[in-house]
Amino acid sequence: MVAVLFAISVLVFLIFNVIPNSDPAARIAGKNADPELIARVSADLGLDQPLYVQYLTMMKQIFTGQLTSYASSQNVVEQIWKGLPATLSLCIGAAVLWMVLAIWFGYLSAVHAGKFTDRALTILSLVGISVPVFWLAAILLYYLSFKAELFPTSGYVPLSRDPLDWAYHLILPWLTLAVLYVGFYSRVLRSNMLDVMNDDHVRTARAKGISERQVRIKHVLRNSMIPVVTLFGLDFGAVVGGGAILTETVFNLNGVGLYAGQAIGTLDLPPLIGVTMFGAFFIVLFNTLVDVAYAFLDPRIRIGEAAPV
Amino acid sequence: MSPILEVDDLRVRFTTQDGVVSAVDGVSFDLAAGEVLAIVGESGSGKSVTAQTVLGLTRAPNATIEGAVRFGGKDLTALDDRELQSIRGEHIAMVFQDPMTSLNPVYRVGDQITEMIRAHRDVSRAEARDRAIELLRTVGIPNPERRVRDYPHEFSGGMRQRVMIAMALSLEPEVLIADEPTTALDVTIQAQILRLLADLNAERGLAVVLITHDLGVVAEVADRVLVMYAGQVVEDASVDDIFYDPQHPYTWGLFGSLTPLDAPQHSRLPQIGGAPPSLLSLPPGCRFAPRCPHAFEKCSQAPSLETRAATGHLDRCWLEPAQKSTLREVDGRIGLRQVVSL
Repeated sequence: MVAVLFAISVLVFLIFNVIPNSDPAARIAGKNADPELIARVSADLGLDQPLYVQYLTMMKQIFTGQLTSYASSQNVVEQIWKGLPATLSLCIGAAVLWMVLAIWFGYLSAVHAGKFTDRALTILSLVGISVPVFWLAAILLYYLSFKAELFPTSGYVPLSRDPLDWAYHLILPWLTLAVLYVGFYSRVLRSNMLDVMNDDHVRTARAKGISERQVRIKHVLRNSMIPVVTLFGLDFGAVVGGGAILTETVFNLNGVGLYAGQAIGTLDLPPLIGVTMFGAFFIVLFNTLVDVAYAFLDPRIRIGEAAPV
Repeated sequence: MSPILEVDDLRVRFTTQDGVVSAVDGVSFDLAAGEVLAIVGESGSGKSVTAQTVLGLTRAPNATIEGAVRFGGKDLTALDDRELQSIRGEHIAMVFQDPMTSLNPVYRVGDQITEMIRAHRDVSRAEARDRAIELLRTVGIPNPERRVRDYPHEFSGGMRQRVMIAMALSLEPEVLIADEPTTALDVTIQAQILRLLADLNAERGLAVVLITHDLGVVAEVADRVLVMYAGQVVEDASVDDIFYDPQHPYTWGLFGSLTPLDAPQHSRLPQIGGAPPSLLSLPPGCRFAPRCPHAFEKCSQAPSLETRAATGHLDRCWLEPAQKSTLREVDGRIGLRQVVSL
């Protein structure tokens, strides 16, 4: 985990340094600055040091919470902390929504495979997968917020201030973010379920005399969830760690994603490194959690148990 | 004694992209209480489909099921799903071919047994669990109190099949359908499982339908034998009649395919020439005729299953019973002469 984070930070750092026209000193010093001014700004920011020294300084700052933005002189770690509630609210809500809908749709699709319900859901999920987030967000905003005035257009209300208002403001962002995953997951679940339905143990379950509904839920759906949970762990980490940038930007949610978006716009290295590390941390964290969850979902991969007798 | 399970002119067809597959074509048999009936035949002969259709497990949108399966005064083929569920497990239980895949890998074996008990009986979790432990002990699983908490992958193949049998017995059914219960197991384990089935039959009067392609298994435990070929019963007789006076050339072929222990090394293993007909397009007359070295003109008409040799011995062969005792003799054993031209 530490190795992965290290590799990612080095990569981002190096990529940033080879991007043309990215010298922050030149940008800060302004247009038409004389070389002397640029050199002074460079020295201030420590940019005249060798790359590895710059890198080490930056890492030290991240872990001591002292990393500051080149562009705004704000503390990066504080900014990320400030954006965290909005980002987590968005991501967790969307994740709950997409899992519930995906399981429901995938289940219906598999159970009615080949029939109208299945076809309708197939089309719907393909649309969901294909629709770009910025387009969907714009459409939802235009029709539901601007025209119909059903929802607020943007902004984030902290959960602690007013839970109802919090949810009210987040419904459209949740929907926007969830649509892609609902489509994708319901497809995956459907095909898994159709595979599992042909398994021998499902026939055994049916021969036991339990109801068809129980066969489907306890035996087919349960066994089909294993790959879906894997995907979920990876995707959820990725969404928290950067997948929500577009959604946050469109809905003007003051989260980590919006912060990252602004940093990209100004080619501001410290926030970019900070946000990337933050994202990478979540992705790696959820990867690990998936491995743990796997052992619970599939007893066959639990280690340290007795060998077959 | 009246039979407890009657299968009457059962026909199962599946509509597939390639056409209509006639998997079972007019199979009838009676099963008396305490009887062991073996259904023998090669892969694709319709024996598994017959067995699964008894419990309605072949019901599917593309399946057509005709005929009747009578049990306890009801025709099981006409029951709705809910009524059928009350028969499954409770009165007729089933053990499947591959114990490696027939248990759900994500649940403890104890939970898989108690699930079945609790689906039919109003008992507490603890009672069901005690019952599961008792059952595992009955089928010879050592240390059942601990094993009940294990997952299927922690059992060997033979032990898993014992678990399957324990599960099938959990509600004390009248009929056990065992669909090739020993095929996936080692020979030594096979014998143990058969012994277990035979004991259960003897001790509890459990009627067993044993699906197999292994004549050794049949000799060991069966009372009566149905030989199936291409979806039809071609011979139906007591186990003694099948072994000492087989009437159908296909049955001879099955005997001929047993490798004798005294066969010279490196000799070609005996087999029945040709391949079974496609169930999509069956030959018009006797279905075995294309592979039968004894076929003659009459075989272009389909023979019916009737008594030809002795009472209680049915077969589907046009040959005169008197001719058969010489025709089936190959090298001093029962067998089918090789068809040379192919």
